[in-house]
Amino acid sequence: MSPPKVSDVPANRQPSERRQILVDSLGVGLATGAYGISFGAIAVSSGFDVWQTCALSLFVFTGASQFALVGVIASGGAPVSAAATALMLGTRNTLYGLRLASLLRFRGVRRVAGAHILIDESTAMALKPADTRNARLAFTATGLSVFVLWNLATAVGAVAGKAIGDTSVYGLDAAVPAAFLALLWPRLTSARTRSTALAAGALALLLVPNARPGIPVIAAAGVALAVTVLGPTGEAAESADGPERSA
Amino acid sequence: MWPAIIVTAVGCYLLKLTGLSIPDRVLDRPLVRRLADLIPVALLGALVAVEAFSTGQQLRLDARLAGVAVAVAALLARAPFLVVVVSAAATTALIRLAA
Repeated sequence: MSPPKVSDVPANRQPSERRQILVDSLGVGLATGAYGISFGAIAVSSGFDVWQTCALSLFVFTGASQFALVGVIASGGAPVSAAATALMLGTRNTLYGLRLASLLRFRGVRRVAGAHILIDESTAMALKPADTRNARLAFTATGLSVFVLWNLATAVGAVAGKAIGDTSVYGLDAAVPAAFLALLWPRLTSARTRSTALAAGALALLLVPNARPGIPVIAAAGVALAVTVLGPTGEAAESADGPERSA
Repeated sequence: MWPAIIVTAVGCYLLKLTGLSIPDRVLDRPLVRRLADLIPVALLGALVAVEAFSTGQQLRLDARLAGVAVAVAALLARAPFLVVVVSAAATTALIRLAA
């Protein structure tokens, strides 16, 4: 999983691009891993034991759903509503899968295994390259590096538990939106995507005080629907560097 | 607690697998294609806003704002992902230290 050294500049472009994908994937994994420490610590302080906390990261493996489950339980919600909230957030990954299916072209075992690492980060990284081969590399490398580091960090956070104290002291809570922003950034190439992102953010914030945790983000998908149906059509309105299906 | 964990784990996996298993031809429709392009943009935009400006069900402006502003500057300067994230966290941590 460790990327090759970047010290010597490669002569041709393709290996360089794949090397950069591996480096970026590991970077995403490290950033997300730091976030995993806070998940482990928060889950344990919310009443989950270490095994339950680690099981969440291993088998649910989609951060927002995990945080939602733990958050609803911590705020006194029933396990049923906690699971429902987590699953509603998980529908996001169905949409990501819909987006990625034609790009990754996974079949059989690859699809069954690949589905587990279908998350925000692996999706965003897979959408950067323009061809199936590099998209698969970005998806798999990011998914696996996040999986390994997220689970290690969860275990560390859970075991350290209350000893870690307030993770906001280290600014980890600011690292989370920064990470999502960095994943969003390469897609803000057209007026359509920029206005969609802004409107979705605004709608989510309007809903925060009035909706259960997790719902504002799901509701923001409605902005994508509205822009698709009501917005301008045609190639001119498409994002300039939108991912293309490979030949 | 275990039943909720198991239901969430199985459900979340099936949601992922369903997305990858939807037939290719669904994406051949321009409308579906555009929608699938915009959905991650909308969800990521919402995640940025919610993670930066709220805590639980309360809107909140705090030191995270400075962190995100530094992240924007880093992105404008084409900094790598890790630099963006670390500079955001460090900025926020330093402001809290100073406060």
